[in-house]
Amino acid sequence: MVDKELGDKIPEFGKKSSGGGSEVGLSNLSAFSSGPGIRTIGEVLAIVAVAVIIIGGAEFLIWWLKVPQYVMPRPSEIFVALFTDYEFIMPHLGHTLVELFIGYAIGALIGFLLAAVITQFPFVEKIVAPYILMLVTTPMLALVPLLILRFGFGYEPRIIAVALASGPMVMINAATGFRRVDLAKIALARSFGASTFQIFLKIRVPMALPMIIVGLMIGAIFGLLTAVGAEMVGGGFGLGNRLTTFSATLKMPQFFAVILILSILGILIYVTFYLIGKKWASWES
Amino acid sequence: MKETVDGKLVVRGATKYYDTKSGPLHAVDNFSMSVADGEFACVVGPSGCGKTTLLWSIAGLHSLTSGDVLLDGTKITGPHPQIGMVFQEANLLPWRTLYKNIALPFEIKRESVPTERIDQLLERVGLGGFGNKFPRELSGGMQQRAAIVRALSFNPSVLLMDEPFGALDAFTRDEMNLLVEEIWIETKKTIVFITHNIGEAVFLSDKVYVMSSRPGRLARVFDIPFERPRSLDLMATKEVFDLVNEIKAEIEHTPSQSASQDA
Repeated sequence: MVDKELGDKIPEFGKKSSGGGSEVGLSNLSAFSSGPGIRTIGEVLAIVAVAVIIIGGAEFLIWWLKVPQYVMPRPSEIFVALFTDYEFIMPHLGHTLVELFIGYAIGALIGFLLAAVITQFPFVEKIVAPYILMLVTTPMLALVPLLILRFGFGYEPRIIAVALASGPMVMINAATGFRRVDLAKIALARSFGASTFQIFLKIRVPMALPMIIVGLMIGAIFGLLTAVGAEMVGGGFGLGNRLTTFSATLKMPQFFAVILILSILGILIYVTFYLIGKKWASWES
Repeated sequence: MKETVDGKLVVRGATKYYDTKSGPLHAVDNFSMSVADGEFACVVGPSGCGKTTLLWSIAGLHSLTSGDVLLDGTKITGPHPQIGMVFQEANLLPWRTLYKNIALPFEIKRESVPTERIDQLLERVGLGGFGNKFPRELSGGMQQRAAIVRALSFNPSVLLMDEPFGALDAFTRDEMNLLVEEIWIETKKTIVFITHNIGEAVFLSDKVYVMSSRPGRLARVFDIPFERPRSLDLMATKEVFDLVNEIKAEIEHTPSQSASQDA
């Protein structure tokens, strides 16, 4: 009887094995463990002061150097546009979010499941590795014209593009996590008679969780990039479409208002996963 | 299939080869031992001599190339509910609190967690009130106490301990040895304890099995006659000193067949 989980490996401990050369992703997870902590009043003042200097400085410089609005609008004009053109921008945010959420949910789920399955079979992993690498490195935006040809100008090509962009990112990082096998911990679970599925749930997934969260974060950010990019390629709605429309009509304050929304979206994605990581993966360090 | 054998836990002619890239690795060679019910047995030997391999085979985590392991006369073919294991360096899951770590065996067996028993055990090893701490918040000694509680929690009749205190400092190790002896006297478990610390082996055991360097084979068995419970003062006596030296000499003089393979 060769144990189905432990195989016939020499019991060496403290060495986390990490598989072949296809490791992509943020391996530094310290971001999850060290928070900013409580700030003193001095620090808060400094943070506010720097923000005022940067935004106010830009405002002043653009006004003083008489930079035309179609080159670079003043920050105040961008803020104003955000509110005056609210109704021309916000519905498109909704469209972009729909594409992002659906595409990301599909892509992340498939990516996670594939990573979980593939890493259980090293032989399969070797065979599919080049295709995974291709999926990761190919910019999925390049497929959008083709997808539009097939699916038209609706949500479908964008959702597919988002799924294709985020899935491989989730997958490759989750796979890196699943490959970090600690033989001693699997032996522990086995000594209590754990089944393969129980070991997966109670040992492999928690061990991989820090990398899974990193993968989910990178996947979400790639998904956002791809959603906006796909909207710029074709179709009459979405924030990406707003960018092309506003720039074509030289509505620069509105253009930058959209950019502002996109960067806030990106920051929200980062902060969300940072907090998730802090809650669920801070044991890592 | 039950056999009549002499001993609660019997290892017969255990031999283990590993397949490695540089060819077969002979880890354990024809090792036999017989541990009586309630006996405390230690296996000592140089590092890399196959002690852990032997223990994993007893636990049913590894197959033997030849030979077998019998518990109460029945052959061990996989993980066994009557066997509890304490691993090197505590081996707690860092994402679980102590309490959740100790509950793991019950989760896996889909049994209700005996909260009262766990509380009692935590109290017993001096970890009362630490149940909600994460392993990283505790010292190495405390982590290993929790690991002992985890192994005792489901009340196995056999306890296998794999160099549990190897990573601890000398003072903590003494403390843990006293604790293990006390628990053993209280619970009358059958214990197989692996260590490369001869003093520890002499202090704890009824019998010390000396293993040669790789491939690990039984060099000699020493009976340790001292009264129970033992005190740390015992360790300073001439009898113990002589015995430790004799065991040490036995380990050093055992010819190693494959010295070139030793790292």
